[in-house]
Amino acid sequence: MSVIEREATGDQSGRGAAFSGAEGGGELQVVEPLIFAASRRGRRGVRFPAASERASAAAAGQPGIPAAARREVAPGLPEVTELDLLRHFNRLSHLNHAIDLGFYPLGSCTMKYNPKVNEWAARLPGLADSHPLDPAELSQGSLELEWLLAELLKDISGFAAVSLQPAAGAQGELTGLLMTRAYHRSRGEGEQRTTVLVPDSAHGTNPATASMVGYRAVTIRSNERGGIDLDALRGALGDDTAALMITNPSTLGIFEDQIDQVIAAVREAGAIAYMDGANLNAILGRFRPGEAGFDVMHFNLHKTFSTPHGGGGPGAGPVGVSERLAPFLPEPLPLLVAGDADEVRRNAWAGQSTDGARFALEEGGARPHSIGKIRAHTGNFGMFVRAYTYIRSNGAAGLRGVSDDAVLAANYLRVRLADAYELPYDRICKHEVVFSGRRQKREHGVTTLDIAKAILDHGMHPPTIYFPLIVEEALMIEPTETESLETLDRFAALMLDIADRAATDPAALKRAPETTPVGRLDEAAAARRPDLRYVPVRE
Amino acid sequence: MTYTPHTDADREQMLATIGVGSVEDLFADIPPTVRASRFALPDPLTEQEVRAELSRLADRNRIPRVSFLGAGAYRHLVPAVVGEVIGRSEFATSYTPYQPEVSQGTLQSIYEFQSLICELTGMEVATASHYDGATATAEAALMACRLTRRERIAVSTAVDPQVRRVLATYCAGPGIEIVDVPADLADGGTGLTPVDAASRALDDTVACLVAQQPNFFGGIEPMADLADAAHAEGAKLVAVVEPTSLAILAPPGSYGADLVAAEGQPLGIPLSFGGPYVGLMAARMDAVRQMPGRLVGATRDAQGRRGYVLTLQAREQHIRREKAASNICTNQALCALAATTYLTAVGPEGLREVAELSMIQARHTAQALEEAGLGRRRFAAPYFAEVAMQVPNAAARHAALAAHGIVAGHLPERDYPDLRDTLLLAATELTRDADIDGLVAALRATR
Repeated sequence: MSVIEREATGDQSGRGAAFSGAEGGGELQVVEPLIFAASRRGRRGVRFPAASERASAAAAGQPGIPAAARREVAPGLPEVTELDLLRHFNRLSHLNHAIDLGFYPLGSCTMKYNPKVNEWAARLPGLADSHPLDPAELSQGSLELEWLLAELLKDISGFAAVSLQPAAGAQGELTGLLMTRAYHRSRGEGEQRTTVLVPDSAHGTNPATASMVGYRAVTIRSNERGGIDLDALRGALGDDTAALMITNPSTLGIFEDQIDQVIAAVREAGAIAYMDGANLNAILGRFRPGEAGFDVMHFNLHKTFSTPHGGGGPGAGPVGVSERLAPFLPEPLPLLVAGDADEVRRNAWAGQSTDGARFALEEGGARPHSIGKIRAHTGNFGMFVRAYTYIRSNGAAGLRGVSDDAVLAANYLRVRLADAYELPYDRICKHEVVFSGRRQKREHGVTTLDIAKAILDHGMHPPTIYFPLIVEEALMIEPTETESLETLDRFAALMLDIADRAATDPAALKRAPETTPVGRLDEAAAARRPDLRYVPVRE
Repeated sequence: MTYTPHTDADREQMLATIGVGSVEDLFADIPPTVRASRFALPDPLTEQEVRAELSRLADRNRIPRVSFLGAGAYRHLVPAVVGEVIGRSEFATSYTPYQPEVSQGTLQSIYEFQSLICELTGMEVATASHYDGATATAEAALMACRLTRRERIAVSTAVDPQVRRVLATYCAGPGIEIVDVPADLADGGTGLTPVDAASRALDDTVACLVAQQPNFFGGIEPMADLADAAHAEGAKLVAVVEPTSLAILAPPGSYGADLVAAEGQPLGIPLSFGGPYVGLMAARMDAVRQMPGRLVGATRDAQGRRGYVLTLQAREQHIRREKAASNICTNQALCALAATTYLTAVGPEGLREVAELSMIQARHTAQALEEAGLGRRRFAAPYFAEVAMQVPNAAARHAALAAHGIVAGHLPERDYPDLRDTLLLAATELTRDADIDGLVAALRATR
């Protein structure tokens, strides 16, 4: 039974769709109609077999669904063929920019190449068809992979223990602060420690996470060199401080060169030192936060370890912790329950069988101080497969090279663009560099938004803009290690050309983009009169 | 294998431009006392070597030849076309649509996803997705607390224990108290949440009642009555649902649910040892400004072209920082695209076929065990596609069957100590008659 009728008679354009997001302004044009526009009653994609006579007869003797609990009108899903579907989504895909199409220097997001062998691995039926609640004896491969990945992340970060469970960086932060609170409570300081210190350059997730845990976020200003102001930090630290959350390298792309003093001050105050691992891609093999004295860090597997960003997820945000926080990690952890850890690692690294070893998930309640479960099951396993594949492919030398080349590329662009754009913090950067477009704005009325839109007309993605908040008209460029010198030079040439055009023809930049499927969209209208869904026309 | 393109000459040229002698100089700002002392990772592998390693791990898993395991994650057909769509680089290797002009593919697909979830649930607004069903439920419960300005929630014990554990973790943050509503799980009981028990747990300090339909044991809950009980105290009903069941079961919007959360994994997403999955969340429009997570809305450009943008961002962490509705940053866009593709590929008829086949095979399974004298249904109430069976020596037989590659469902005893000798058996459209025969034969061969 269909409840879908075409939204307009006869034409395929989708015109006349249930659009109400903006007022007035002439006839609506549609780049790609909604899938609902292709729906015709009775068209089918995938079909399923009928139940056998035996099954139907057996079911007849069992209770059915009471009338009151039954659905009366079928959901208005589109009725299309597989070909309709495929063409629709393929055409939609053509409206996206992506790493696999061109340069994507989106600062803070580490848009590096996502190797295809990782995808091959994640789709292996032996891994993709593994049920999270299967008995452990059937899931030895999945459990071993999780255990090995945690071992590798421990080596990379210098932490004593790792939980893979958090589904994303923001969830890793939540996990970290819940552990922080549990730690202070276990020492009888839960009531007294109520604040989380956050530098003014931090991601918005840091203060938002603090609030979710009932902490008050206190902002610490940066100094004129882009680092944390040590005096301000020392002044804010006290016996009410639960933690410092610091991104290092910072969102300015700058390594905190007093980080040893920062950690020492935080620990001296009895607080937890939290490192936001968003920018780990800059420091692989150079700086291990656990070894340096941090208590907790979340990894972003979708940044540093090349799992695809997927248009905004799924990611994965494992957390590493020091010895003192290990009792509080989420449960369950994958455990090696029979076999020698060194021998398992040695064999796995050599590609030898580990069949003698047994793995199992920790029993519920095994660690009474655990914060509990932060999501269902053990995490975004498909991302673990990809990250494990990536880390094994690169090895120690490869990962060190990743950071070396990421930092090299960012510094190269820093120097190439330094004459054209203001550099508020003119010093060696790490994997990303933050420019300011304030000169273009002040002298020519061309904003950073205009610059970003102009880049879109040249087959590249703009940098992150207007972040970090402490840089006026910020342009945050993260080229990553996987872009060739030719690509970096093309981008530099484009940015220099845009800086020229800002002076000579600012009006043209205001019109950009002109070659994209749609132009600048009216976001104010979208928020004023929210149109958040299509409503199928019912019979 | 490395994926860096630079030749030695490239690196020399870049260093010369920068004006430093070596890459080491670029790391001089790391204080010597905290530099990494070791980096003890294994050697790099070539593609054929890394494939061999991943094949080794995949081969260490033994995918059961027969499985009746569900308990929140279900083995369904993933149509080939779903893999084709989500495998496209343009979707997989893009990111959050911060630049909508070059992200219309992702944005429109999310708008379609939101539309489909509204259709399925009978609700007015759906988010762009959450990490999984458990976190979507937790965020919905916290949203109910914001809407009512109350700090306690009531949760049926027939809600998936994993979901309840995640709820407990999320509620611990702001100090929300959880009140259990004991379901009638006694042998021979209904297996459902008694409405009077819900009423007893509810008062004007409780923000919401969280109930699951079908519940963890497959039972069909009296959701309309539970909604009435919640509303009588000014509380919200958070309905936790299973999406394929909504082809057959009343949509939450029709029985007065205020918030809906669901695990979207059954919609074309592989089991993959527990993730990535996708959390669904839907609500009524009057609550939209308290919703956590991303929302995509339609608008137009200066030339009158229809386009889509992230909208109502004033709720979100990158704008509101410590005052945000949640710290959630990403959604699960690629998994949401899988669900969108799945729902489009199967259509209303296909989804009904999936639900009906699953129901028939669950009943077939129960009937076969009863007929063979191997077990009986523990609960009296009607069920959807999962059924709790009393089977003598369930745990020992479950283990014995696993050794032969047969998973006789889920043992709820770990989470419900009173449910001894209970097997929770799930069927889907992939359950074959021969699987049921295999289960019966294997159970017969054990005691």
